[in-house]
Amino acid sequence: MNLWAWVLVACVTAFATKLVGWLLPAEKLQRPWLLQAAGTLTVGLLASLTVMNAVAAGQELRPDARLLALAAAAVALLLRAPFLVVVLAGAVAAALGRLLGLP
Amino acid sequence: MLQSPAVRAGLTLAAATGVYGVSFGALATTAGLGVLQAQALSALMFTGGSQFAFIGVVAGGGSGAAATAAAALLGLRNAVYAVQMNALLAPRGLLHKVAHAQVTIDESVALASAQTDPDERRRGFWAAGAGIFVLWNLSTLLGSLLGNALGDPRAWGLDGAAVAAFLGLLWPRLRGRDPVAVAVVCVLVTVVAVPWLPPGLPILLAAAVAVVMHVVLVRRRSR
Repeated sequence: MNLWAWVLVACVTAFATKLVGWLLPAEKLQRPWLLQAAGTLTVGLLASLTVMNAVAAGQELRPDARLLALAAAAVALLLRAPFLVVVLAGAVAAALGRLLGLP
Repeated sequence: MLQSPAVRAGLTLAAATGVYGVSFGALATTAGLGVLQAQALSALMFTGGSQFAFIGVVAGGGSGAAATAAAALLGLRNAVYAVQMNALLAPRGLLHKVAHAQVTIDESVALASAQTDPDERRRGFWAAGAGIFVLWNLSTLLGSLLGNALGDPRAWGLDGAAVAAFLGLLWPRLRGRDPVAVAVVCVLVTVVAVPWLPPGLPILLAAAVAVVMHVVLVRRRSR
């Protein structure tokens, strides 16, 4: 399948996931453990996505200027910067690293 | 309408979060998606974490199937949100439920949950949900056009921006010992798995590990 097909499958899946929650009988699924399980899954996925985008290049581990971006973002978050500033800090750090000759 | 504190909070939230649609659009096109594909994700998928996951896997060389699976897993929490919101807002009729479903996201649910008055709850849900939908889509378009015009994304540090975006999405969830433990283990699992598995699959492995850890942590606590 090409990328367009997967984009549409992913969109339909995401919407169906939301709709299911509105159609299910509320009392059946109103369990605190379900919310906690979903929260844990989200943490695991986001942690994995963060590190994958920071060090992976295909099937290789390739440390480069992206690690500077990770550090800059962490500093921005510690300083309670808003999301957009965090993203910009990451971009600026990686761009500066490349200007200085990092891969 | 603007007299309502929930509506004002919702619109403020929309202004703040809508802006980072710019980063989504720019990252989507530099990951190799077309402007229309990026827009389809923002208009139809409309759940930021899953959208970033989808383009993050594609950017890393993962297959469309792996990108879809990662996005779908990250979207699971929206079903849980919807159950909570359904109990609070109780919309009647399929069309009404469909409309509510489309704007069921972190922000609209958080804002609605924070209200005690039922009318304020409904207004907050819609102000945040619809407000973010409009701004998120406009800013996605702006970002993807910008991303296309920039040329080499690495020279602009856009791959670093993606890393920062994921850390920014993760950060607010790292309250307490258990989430931090789960995050650390999932980071290690990913790093170890990257050389051995096709791109995209290490994320799904980390998701499985997170679920196992959740069960173990809950069991330990209940003892």
